[in-house]
Amino acid sequence: MGLRTRISLIITLAFITLSGCGESIDPNEPQGFIQTKGSDTMVNAVQMVAEEFMKEYPHVFVAVTGGGSGVGIASLINKTCDVATASREIKPKEVEMALKRGVNPKEFVVAHDGVAVIVNKNNPVNELTLEDLHRIFTGKATNWKEFGGKDLHIVTLSREVSSGTHMYFKEEVIQLGKKDSKEEFSKETLLLTSSQAIVEEVTGNETALGYLGMGYLSDRTKALRIGRGKGFYAPDVEDVLKKTYPLSRPLFLFTNGEPQGINKLLIGYTLSPMGQRQFKEAGFVPIGATVAQPQQ
Amino acid sequence: MLVFLTRWRRKIGEPIIELCIKLSGFLVVIFVFLIFLFLLKDSLSLFRQYPISRFLFGTAWLPISDPPQFGVVPLLLGSIYVTFWAIFICVPLGVGSAMFIAEVAPRHLKNALKSLVEILASIPSVVLGFLGIIWLAPVLRNTFHLSTGMCGLTGSLLLAFMALPTIISISEDALTSVPKTYREAAFGLGATRWQTLWRIVLPSASSGILAAVMLGIGRVVGETMVVLMVTGNAPVIPRSILQPLRTLTATIAGEMGETVGGSDHYYALFAVGLVLFAITFTINLVADLFLRRARK
Repeated sequence: MGLRTRISLIITLAFITLSGCGESIDPNEPQGFIQTKGSDTMVNAVQMVAEEFMKEYPHVFVAVTGGGSGVGIASLINKTCDVATASREIKPKEVEMALKRGVNPKEFVVAHDGVAVIVNKNNPVNELTLEDLHRIFTGKATNWKEFGGKDLHIVTLSREVSSGTHMYFKEEVIQLGKKDSKEEFSKETLLLTSSQAIVEEVTGNETALGYLGMGYLSDRTKALRIGRGKGFYAPDVEDVLKKTYPLSRPLFLFTNGEPQGINKLLIGYTLSPMGQRQFKEAGFVPIGATVAQPQQ
Repeated sequence: MLVFLTRWRRKIGEPIIELCIKLSGFLVVIFVFLIFLFLLKDSLSLFRQYPISRFLFGTAWLPISDPPQFGVVPLLLGSIYVTFWAIFICVPLGVGSAMFIAEVAPRHLKNALKSLVEILASIPSVVLGFLGIIWLAPVLRNTFHLSTGMCGLTGSLLLAFMALPTIISISEDALTSVPKTYREAAFGLGATRWQTLWRIVLPSASSGILAAVMLGIGRVVGETMVVLMVTGNAPVIPRSILQPLRTLTATIAGEMGETVGGSDHYYALFAVGLVLFAITFTINLVADLFLRRARK
């Protein structure tokens, strides 16, 4: 390459870069960076919302990170994220710690979820009661035979302690909603690092029993119908919405104080029909949905 | 001019370079010391609120319960089990390969094998973990008729695979550095090739090989990603390697994200880190002693 071509190349490059800068951004247009962190249950849905949001507001960049609801809330308190996602409520202890650090968590319900209990497709068991689940996950019942299945030892799968689903399941199933209960997951319970790892293990293991957000349901595993009182209910939109499915819960976003600027835009977008459509596509129940309306 | 430069270099340049090297050497020592102090400080914060005896001898690891229990025994035993089996598997293999590469293999094969071992060392641990979940765990489950493949042995096998390059390269160096005269003397006395290798070369290189083994152990104890992904992470006191178990490193990695700076749980993880540091420090110290003896 001759010297002259090199120089002209540099000049051209300089022009290209400069012309890139020349396209000035309207100062009134929202721009900036939002870090969201937290729930692994919600991470796919939030990612989808973020992508649509960035199409709408091209100068705002939204980063979506998982890790677990505990991770999200902890990083909101440690001020390392702008919006925390969580599949459980914030604990009083966490609020106390947040206030001590000058963080004032504000909660938004963005969707509803049913915690599905899944087994291998070759497992003949189709339904369990909450009491059955309680006995299995606390280690009081250990064989599928007792529940109409094969004579196999039950392998219980759980998420890590940083998971909001873990906390929720512990409160509702292990402690059966009793605040003073001291019961724990059986020590034999495997603590896996992600919902996907639970799907993989259940898909390949006939004896496994796991739980996860309904967004992770697929035809590779079988979701059990869960019984409370008289009936048994499947984790579907209708029963989650009516709260007849025993393990229904809201999903949350948290911000530090009343959201401002681009954070407010993101929360607003998530709650709008556009944002809610993404949650529905990811397999969750949008907040605006009503039972009477047929799902389109 | 040149003479002046040379003189300048000798008079001023060299002391400066010498100082820099000395400084960087000291810096490393200072860093290690500071890391130790940092771990100690945060661990002591735990022991102010949680008795050290219950940490060291407690048999339950329930960090998010109320009140929490931070018993390190199951985690420590988990690490010891996994490490012991990994070493049990990889030492004979590693030393055997080193013997083959150093003494038996023809020159072209030797070079090829050496570079292959180096490639082995460059496989990221998360890739191995993934292979473990998808392939090794189901294979082991079917082979040993286990209820789940997410168990200690899966972790041990993958860790053995990761420690192999370290053990092979260092053992091979140790074997190659045995003086040629030893071999010549042995051959001169009418020893066969095998007798020379087994009775003369191997014993002379034993300190170096022991150092290789110790460094391999250090690598295995500290490895995190693989064990987090494949050992099931159940905080039980393991009775068999075919059971799910939870190691020190997996606990720190799995739980660090959700802890809020300054909470008991946060300090407890630092205390776990201190235990881990103590173990790897001791192992490296022993390895160093062996290596030094090997050099004499």
